[in-house]
Amino acid sequence: MKAGRKTASEFPPLAGRRTSALSLICLSYLSLFVVIVVTLIVTGFRYEYLSFETFKEIISSPDFLHAAQISVVGSLITLVLVVIFAVTAGYALSRYRFPGHAILDTIADIPILLPPVVVGVLLLIFFAYEPGKTMEVEMYKRTATHERTGLTMHSMVGIVLCQFIISASYAIRSAKAAYDSVDRRLEQVAMSLGCTDLQAFCRVTLPLAKNGLIAGSIMAWARAIGVFGPLVVFVGTSVRVRTLPTLIYLELSIGKEEVSLAVALVMVAMASVALAIVHWLAPGRKWH
Amino acid sequence: MLKVQNLGFCVGSFELHDICLHVKPEEYFVLMGATGSGKSLLVKSICGLTRARSGRITIGGRDVTGLPPRLRGVGYVPQDSCLMPHLSVLRNVTFALEVAGESKKQAAGEIGPIVESLGIGGLLARSTVNLSGGERQKVALARALAHKPKLLLLDEPVSALDEPTRREICIVLGRVQREFSVATIHVCHSRQEAAAVHDRVGIMSEGKLIQTGTLDELTDGPADDAVRRLLCPPADKTID
Repeated sequence: MKAGRKTASEFPPLAGRRTSALSLICLSYLSLFVVIVVTLIVTGFRYEYLSFETFKEIISSPDFLHAAQISVVGSLITLVLVVIFAVTAGYALSRYRFPGHAILDTIADIPILLPPVVVGVLLLIFFAYEPGKTMEVEMYKRTATHERTGLTMHSMVGIVLCQFIISASYAIRSAKAAYDSVDRRLEQVAMSLGCTDLQAFCRVTLPLAKNGLIAGSIMAWARAIGVFGPLVVFVGTSVRVRTLPTLIYLELSIGKEEVSLAVALVMVAMASVALAIVHWLAPGRKWH
Repeated sequence: MLKVQNLGFCVGSFELHDICLHVKPEEYFVLMGATGSGKSLLVKSICGLTRARSGRITIGGRDVTGLPPRLRGVGYVPQDSCLMPHLSVLRNVTFALEVAGESKKQAAGEIGPIVESLGIGGLLARSTVNLSGGERQKVALARALAHKPKLLLLDEPVSALDEPTRREICIVLGRVQREFSVATIHVCHSRQEAAAVHDRVGIMSEGKLIQTGTLDELTDGPADDAVRRLLCPPADKTID
């Protein structure tokens, strides 16, 4: 074997006690999540805290359906924007070295590190003063008609903005990693075989980075649909901007725990499906 | 076929200095030099993958100095073949033809002579992932030849292979080059590899093309110690 960095397949499997100890630690950590989710379901249904009838009633109520519609539509709009942004920004960060590259690379991670509620406060301050204030006023003027009032940040625009800021970082980071894993020489060979830069990207880089990009996008979507702190602080909790996480909080705050629990179960199911897809798409992963 | 005039290039502290090179039509030119002498950089400059700082490159009488790789009419085979892992062997070989707008069927029909000459007909339906080193290089060669380039650039095409496979691929390279009558530049650092394929040899050292000629001419009259060391190393493996 050549000297140098080993690939994952070259690492020998651990054996004996060390494997058992590490597996135990790993399993204890993971089982914590399983216990929480199972408890949520079992206590909910077993002790008739939430019967199936009540559950069905809650998830077919107008409040739930409206919040679900806002959450899904908002997060899908966010997803489209995030994909466009991450596919291009991730490529630039992976392939080019330009002045300020390191700074931009670091800035891309800031929303991951900041507490979400802080993002809400920052947006609130930004749009309360110039130039944010003028931007919001201009948006209002341009979208106002005789029939209806214009758009403000207390609408789908604000929801999408919050979701985008929180989730784009995950998608950019994932896209960059996906592009990094594609050998740049493949693009060079493609260009010697007649491709333009764009053709080399579409025919070689994109198909090879596809799984990582899709997985990153799903992660970003799951993150977006779960955004709560910035929405409460920046967009508000009125009915027309009420998302599923906001609904959980509001129902809990007035003592309707069964509604919160039902909505929480729906969100757990959504997150599980997203996680399964990400796991299935991740290169080299297997179901065992 | 290829004329390189006063080519200059700079990467960090490394420089190519006033490279002048002339490769005749149908000639097999071997570019030799120690590691870090600038061979691969020169080949990439000819291919258009790196832009020269100064000088002029003409291929088939056409000035290609400022042109992107796709307009230079070259076929490029990098060191470890760089086959597209998401495409089958067939789609790898027909890649350039499909990019040029041919249908898959049309392209598959057109590569027949190359596939036959290289003996890779049985590999076409396979994935590139499980090919042996020699098979990979043959597929990379077929891919580079499929769009009928005027100039073939081989950047250490056999250096990653074991001895018997190197010998086999060198024989294939020489035969295919004659069969398709394509001017070729082959980068290597083994005298024996050069001897197996060359019409003429050029020696590079520290970013300069020091001497060109046949292997015998260079062995008999090396321009300096760098050439002597490269052509007459103390102990060298053999390729017959």
